Amino acid sequence: MSIRVEHLTHIYDKGLPTEQIALEDINFAVEDGELLGVIGHTGSGKSTLLQHLNGLLKPDAGRVIVGDVDITALGVSMVEIRKRIGLVFQYPEYQLFEETVAKDVAFGPKNLGLSDSEIEERVREAIELVGLDYEEIRERSPFELSGGQKRRVAIAGVVAMRPEVLILDEPTAGLDPKAHHDVLDMVQEVHRRTGNIIILVSHNMADIARVSDKIIVIDSGHLVTTGTPREVFSQKELLRGVGLDLPPITEFTETLREKGMELPSTILDTREAALAIAKALREKRTKG
Amino acid sequence: MEKIIKVQNVSFAYSREEGSEPVKAIDGISFEIEAGSFTAIIGKNGSGKSTLAKNLNGLLLPTEGDILVADYNTKDDAHIWDVRQTAGMVFQNPDNQLVSAIVEDDVAFGPENLGVDPQEIRQRVDQALEAVNMGQFKNKAPHLLSGGQKQRIAIAGVVAMKPRCIIFDEPTAMLDPKGRKEIMAIIDELHREGITVVLITHFMEEAVRADRVMIMHEGKILLDGTPAEVFSQGALIKSVNLDVPPIVELADELRAVGISVPDEIITEEEMVAYVCQYE
Amino acid sequence: MIRDITLGQFYPGNSWVHKLDPRVKIIATLLFLIELFIVNDFLGFAIAAVVLGVIIAVSKVPLSFIVRGLKPILILLLFTFALNIFMINGEVLWSWGFLHITREGIRTAIFMAVRLILLIIGSSMLTLCTRPLSLTDGIERLLSPFKKIGLPAHEIAMMMTIALRFIPTLLDETDKIMKAQQARGADFESGSVIRRAKSLIPILVPLFVSAFRIAQDLAMAMEARCYRGGEHRTRMHEMKLKGRDYAAIVMQAVFLAIIIIEANFAPW
Repeated sequence: MSIRVEHLTHIYDKGLPTEQIALEDINFAVEDGELLGVIGHTGSGKSTLLQHLNGLLKPDAGRVIVGDVDITALGVSMVEIRKRIGLVFQYPEYQLFEETVAKDVAFGPKNLGLSDSEIEERVREAIELVGLDYEEIRERSPFELSGGQKRRVAIAGVVAMRPEVLILDEPTAGLDPKAHHDVLDMVQEVHRRTGNIIILVSHNMADIARVSDKIIVIDSGHLVTTGTPREVFSQKELLRGVGLDLPPITEFTETLREKGMELPSTILDTREAALAIAKALREKRTKG
Repeated sequence: MEKIIKVQNVSFAYSREEGSEPVKAIDGISFEIEAGSFTAIIGKNGSGKSTLAKNLNGLLLPTEGDILVADYNTKDDAHIWDVRQTAGMVFQNPDNQLVSAIVEDDVAFGPENLGVDPQEIRQRVDQALEAVNMGQFKNKAPHLLSGGQKQRIAIAGVVAMKPRCIIFDEPTAMLDPKGRKEIMAIIDELHREGITVVLITHFMEEAVRADRVMIMHEGKILLDGTPAEVFSQGALIKSVNLDVPPIVELADELRAVGISVPDEIITEEEMVAYVCQYE
Repeated sequence: MIRDITLGQFYPGNSWVHKLDPRVKIIATLLFLIELFIVNDFLGFAIAAVVLGVIIAVSKVPLSFIVRGLKPILILLLFTFALNIFMINGEVLWSWGFLHITREGIRTAIFMAVRLILLIIGSSMLTLCTRPLSLTDGIERLLSPFKKIGLPAHEIAMMMTIALRFIPTLLDETDKIMKAQQARGADFESGSVIRRAKSLIPILVPLFVSAFRIAQDLAMAMEARCYRGGEHRTRMHEMKLKGRDYAAIVMQAVFLAIIIIEANFAPW
């Protein structure tokens, strides 16, 4: 199942003096099973784009086709859309409300009208999938958990709806290093186990470089470029121009290259960088 | 050199429900902070760093031991306001620190509490807003600003109280990269102007800019030294679930493939210099 | 959408009206509202409208801004209008089935509508030309004499300041929570009244939790900035009655007199 976004345009306050183009003529596709990274500065329109993908917003022009359903067409039921596409907002732990973790995670499946036994199964599955211990955590109050645990429970709440597409808006925002790693690992694990499309929005370029199959770059409502991590992060002038950084290790190796060192371009991970630098240094030594 | 903050055998326990053991968030630590220095305190959530921050300006009082701020004991009721005026604090959530619906009124809040003369408050507010580059926003409503801008207003509000020391409790945790850079630039500037900076953070690239780094773990101080001394202990740092700065990560990998990078190399500039001069 | 609430918003400016002491403005607004109810004919309203017009002109607040403040009550206006037009008995001018429009009905409808409009615009002028903190400071000062009988004037004013500051924040928060729960399939629109009321729990609980968290954080921040109640606090914006304030007080008195005279003695 794939997603196609065609000529998507959204205008806030149309006709009023405060009219603003949030998105203009966005076109891209996500293939079955891909993990798509979305990057762009704050205010670039990323959040607006995400809300179109799960039907919360309707476009002024263009369409969004998920699988074989045009979710922007008239008459498409919200239930249908929610079954297919799950959206986890920023700081999702702020939406927790139930007395127990199990009840909170069950909220989504309940709204889908499933049977009690089906709901329980999904809740168990979702909680395990996000790396928490079902028996240990199910009766606890969500409000007494740690920040990282709350975050995972909130994500489980969406995963429990078994969406075919999972969209995560900055799932690691505000977390300490360990929780950050855990959540990122969890995203990869969910991707691996379900094989579904995952769309990940993040400001952390190292994370995006590490986990994405494909990346799209949004700037001021426009899609500026798309490609594999290596393709996108090789365009450093373009990225700088839209206020984005490269992953720290890439910044560093590019600085070395600018100073004349012979290194491959766009190195995305630390081990690769170490090997390339060691090689270049040894060659320099033998030459010199 | 004057020690502006003295922490003496401090422990802090949050009281729990009846019958259960109180949990010690801080467990018998002692250290002193020099006036004018820049100290970074790192630790994962639950390490006690936030609890420590709130003890430094008397929002919490130690269950054991004493904390002296410019020689005022935080437990001394009569001088608690002197403590808080000497050691200002900026918190993590930019929104939840702003009291007033108009920027300049919020910056004036602190000086107004101190009973400062109205004319002088006006001056201080204007200067503080200039210091954080937010002068042109003085009549705007805070809820229309970005996270980084709001945090700058919060800093201005503290600066207007003319503290000698500012404690920053994870000031960039909720900001995007742009906001983080803005705030770190202001913190650097304030430090240059002579304000003692205590920065609580879990971002390593922020901690490397400090004169001194302390790592907290389970209520105790695990490591305490210059950034070079502390970050060279990569294995220990990782064992307490913290990250090392990206360059230290690279240095480790380089050593693993036979390039003996010296321990002191922890910043990009240093690494670039080392690599370029490698023979 | 939610940010569009012009009613109650401050429009920064340097006009004479902006610079008046907030206490003078608060009392002037209260008097104006009372005067609108003393008025019993259109001449009275005309006088009030002229005075209001002058104030608007002096304040330099754009008319479009002020008119926008009427949007929320447009429905109320139309409803009142319709009610009065059809319900008042008298000389019938037009009828259709059991609906009749009378001359008195038209007169009353216009009368009430004009009063409502002047009321809204009059009170809007207060909030448009007075910064929120000045407003609450003004209220605090006006209520201070009552501190002697135990009224916590400063605390009331501080609560109002904080409430005004956080209303937009809480509205944003509500919006975010609603969207998050909708993404999990929550439905706030369909079903019986009871069902819809229950569907609000996933919004209200997180909202309350958020509000408590904000309150805790804010309390800490206020203490860290040496807040210790109203004693010995100074204000950046001083409240001293100046020449223009006394002039305004005299003008208010004159206006009040004119209105009372017009209402009781003018031939109409």
